[in-house]
Amino acid sequence: MNRYPIWKNALVIVALILGLVYTLPNFFGEAPAVQVSTARTGVQIDAALMTQVESTLKDAAIAHTGLTLDTTGVRVRLADTDTQLKTRDVLERALNPDPADGKYVVALNLLSKSPDWLRSVGALPMYLGLDLRGGVHFLLQVDMQGAIVKRLDSMSSDLRTQLREKNIRHGGISREGNTIVLRFRDTAGRDAARSAAEKALPEMVWTPGQSGADYLYTGRMSELAETELRESAIKQNILTLQKRVNELGVAEPIIQQQGADRIVVQLPGVQDVAKAKDLIGRTATLEVRLVDQEAMTSGNMEGLEVYPENSRSGGVSNVPVKKQVILTGERFETAQASFDDSNRPAVAVKLDATGGRIMRTVTRENLKKLMVILLFEKGRGEAISVATIQGEFGDRFQITGQFSPQETNTLAILIRSGALAAPMEIIEERVIGPSLGAENIEKGFDSTLWGFVAIAVFMIFYYAVFGFISTTALAANLLFLIALLSLLQATLTLPGIAAIALTLGMAIDANVLINERIREELRNGVTPQAAIAAGYERAWATILDSNITTLIAGIALLVFGSGPVRGFAVVHCLGILTSMFSAVVVSRAIVNMVYGRARKLEKVSIGTVWKPGANL
Amino acid sequence: MEFFRIRRDIPFMRKALVFNVISLVTFLLAVFFLATRGLHLSVEFTGGTLMEISYSEAADLQGVRKALTDSGFSEPQVQNFGTARDVLIRLPLVKDVDSAKVSQQVIATLSVGDGPKPELRRVEYVGPQIGKELAEDGALALMFVICGIMAYLAMRFEWRYAVSAIIANLHDVVIILGFFAAFQWEFSLPVLAAVLAVLGYSVNESVVVFDRVREVFRNARKRTLSVAEVMDNAITSTISRTIITHGSTQMMVLSMLLFGGEALHYFAVALTIGICFGIYSSVLVACPLAMWLGVKREQLIKPPKRKDEAVV
Repeated sequence: MNRYPIWKNALVIVALILGLVYTLPNFFGEAPAVQVSTARTGVQIDAALMTQVESTLKDAAIAHTGLTLDTTGVRVRLADTDTQLKTRDVLERALNPDPADGKYVVALNLLSKSPDWLRSVGALPMYLGLDLRGGVHFLLQVDMQGAIVKRLDSMSSDLRTQLREKNIRHGGISREGNTIVLRFRDTAGRDAARSAAEKALPEMVWTPGQSGADYLYTGRMSELAETELRESAIKQNILTLQKRVNELGVAEPIIQQQGADRIVVQLPGVQDVAKAKDLIGRTATLEVRLVDQEAMTSGNMEGLEVYPENSRSGGVSNVPVKKQVILTGERFETAQASFDDSNRPAVAVKLDATGGRIMRTVTRENLKKLMVILLFEKGRGEAISVATIQGEFGDRFQITGQFSPQETNTLAILIRSGALAAPMEIIEERVIGPSLGAENIEKGFDSTLWGFVAIAVFMIFYYAVFGFISTTALAANLLFLIALLSLLQATLTLPGIAAIALTLGMAIDANVLINERIREELRNGVTPQAAIAAGYERAWATILDSNITTLIAGIALLVFGSGPVRGFAVVHCLGILTSMFSAVVVSRAIVNMVYGRARKLEKVSIGTVWKPGANL
Repeated sequence: MEFFRIRRDIPFMRKALVFNVISLVTFLLAVFFLATRGLHLSVEFTGGTLMEISYSEAADLQGVRKALTDSGFSEPQVQNFGTARDVLIRLPLVKDVDSAKVSQQVIATLSVGDGPKPELRRVEYVGPQIGKELAEDGALALMFVICGIMAYLAMRFEWRYAVSAIIANLHDVVIILGFFAAFQWEFSLPVLAAVLAVLGYSVNESVVVFDRVREVFRNARKRTLSVAEVMDNAITSTISRTIITHGSTQMMVLSMLLFGGEALHYFAVALTIGICFGIYSSVLVACPLAMWLGVKREQLIKPPKRKDEAVV
């Protein structure tokens, strides 16, 4: 007699039902949708927004098939992709009347068509990776040394102002490597500067020294300050990237820190790859400085920082600039493409309060002098605008240069989305076209399907009813695996699908072990019921051992793998766990149901059991 | 039906030396190819740009190559990928070039002229830092697997089994790599995953046989058998499941090979080699090794305290 206690049967049934429920959403497909979310903190997503969206759609006579509101945004389901595009444009115009100050991100998205009751129990379709749905993936490396240098430059500039205000004479302030070096003629000057420097820059550790006739005072950033700088640099860069991505209108962007100095950006379903790459990859930072006019007139630019300026006509002229940075990109609050008085394309900008104050002082002191706006990209600087200071101005002004209207647009976006605290470089990039993604799904699905069919046919042929039971258990394994992947919302990639196929191929091992054991017992003349019991019992130890060794390899891949390998490993590990349950518990439950009740079982259908000596 | 109608235990161990020599020769060949040809590493490891583009009609590879060389791309590798319409372009890393823009430049270059316009299907760019890390991570993962499996087997069985299982299966890994080196197949991240998965899978095979060995050792009726006979008995009684299991897994892999397209091709190839050699090595290499290392009945018969485990 082979019977399971009621709780064990119930466990199998509950597991199967849950498996079925969480697998279901994958069969409904997806409907085009438009998603409205906030572009910045402080903008509320609430019922009022939903009403606004609803009335906008009504006014535009757009029929939708569902409108939902959750904490992340408002989603509108639509019948087809044409309506989707139209809806996006309509909502964009209605919700963001001022394109320079977008409060909302209006993005195209796909929503599962599964019924509401499934969604209410948290059953969602599997989360597909970029290689299956198309999109772009970037890994960016933040140049921390660049961030430190930048900070030191701005510190020396601050210090210079402080010393001037306090009338402390010095023989020069310069940044040398990762230090700031102050030079003095005598120790008296040095001592006077000491308290000022310590007060102005508390994050520096100062040491006095001497070099030739000069008395030095060398500042080095404290370890704590450096760590803080690193952390804040990467946070600011992530924030900046978020703003830039918002401009792109992507439904579910992922922008995350990876390791100490890396950022991952994933934009699923992005169609305009070139634009995405341009905005993400732009590592532009802005600086406002004064032109060194003496050098410009004399033409002797030795030892000065010189940046090229491209003119419309195609010529390049060199602009020598002063070391002191008046403003950096962080001070810019908004920027908008516009036209100046003589109708040339320009960018109208607004600075924050501190920036406005600095600008006012500088412009007052440097009337009729040349000011330059520098754009740094990948360590190369370019003078994008050189203009004479016509009058004192504060937080609002226009940048004019040799721009086309498109260029002012891009520049406005770059300024608006803020500067990067540290330069970044793309160190890994993956772009997958949407058609390739669909093909990958199809290929992965086909491989799994035909592999499964082949195994099923063989098992049923070789082990008859027991083969059928094994196949059912294998199908249950697939069901559990997909349900688990859907439930955990683990990212499914093409290697992940390969792992599903491979795991199924390996999982059948457990059933083969069991079936062979049962045959062996029968061969030794044991009664069918006892053979079933012994077969399962004896195979169990082996199944456990072999699955644990496979699991060790899977965990190693999970821990050390990245990208495609990790996608493989997640599914592989989950698959090993589900296979142990389905191959042993589920198949046994079915066997018990089929054979377990028979009091006098003469024969079980497990294919031919050949006995030595008997001639078939 | 029943494939295996074996009346007597097959005397595998009598030929143990032969198997070990075969293994050694294959192993040395693999090492030879690895040393002389090296692995053809994918962009993921070497760094560089890989692009897959697709034309509406059969692509002119010569034209693509020429267009790229003419516009200053050094050493572009251009080849068909899957169909005649799909083209795979590999570009090495170039210093001081904004690599992020390479793919855009390539598309721009190829779109010039009045020929068919290319469609960008996939871009993979990997910077120089990443490749090194991936190689390190791969080595770490391998170490982890080896240590983990050895520790487990040593705990479950005995150190001699652990050592022989690991040696047998590492020899599989080297042979897979040898194949990739000999034929200069592309070694990518998914292939690495396949290799490590195979390692786990083949050890699994050794475990099944060793489990049997233990069982036979503990069987009172089989006390008279010598160690070699015990091995023969264990292998013979599990050979049916070995072949069927591997056959089933191979069916799945074959399906991947046939339907999975180019993306899964080498992944499936690595698995196929791994499965074939896995059967051989875990049975015919691991067992003789365990025998040479001197496994004995007494090592597995634990004091009666651990009776619960000995019930099998």
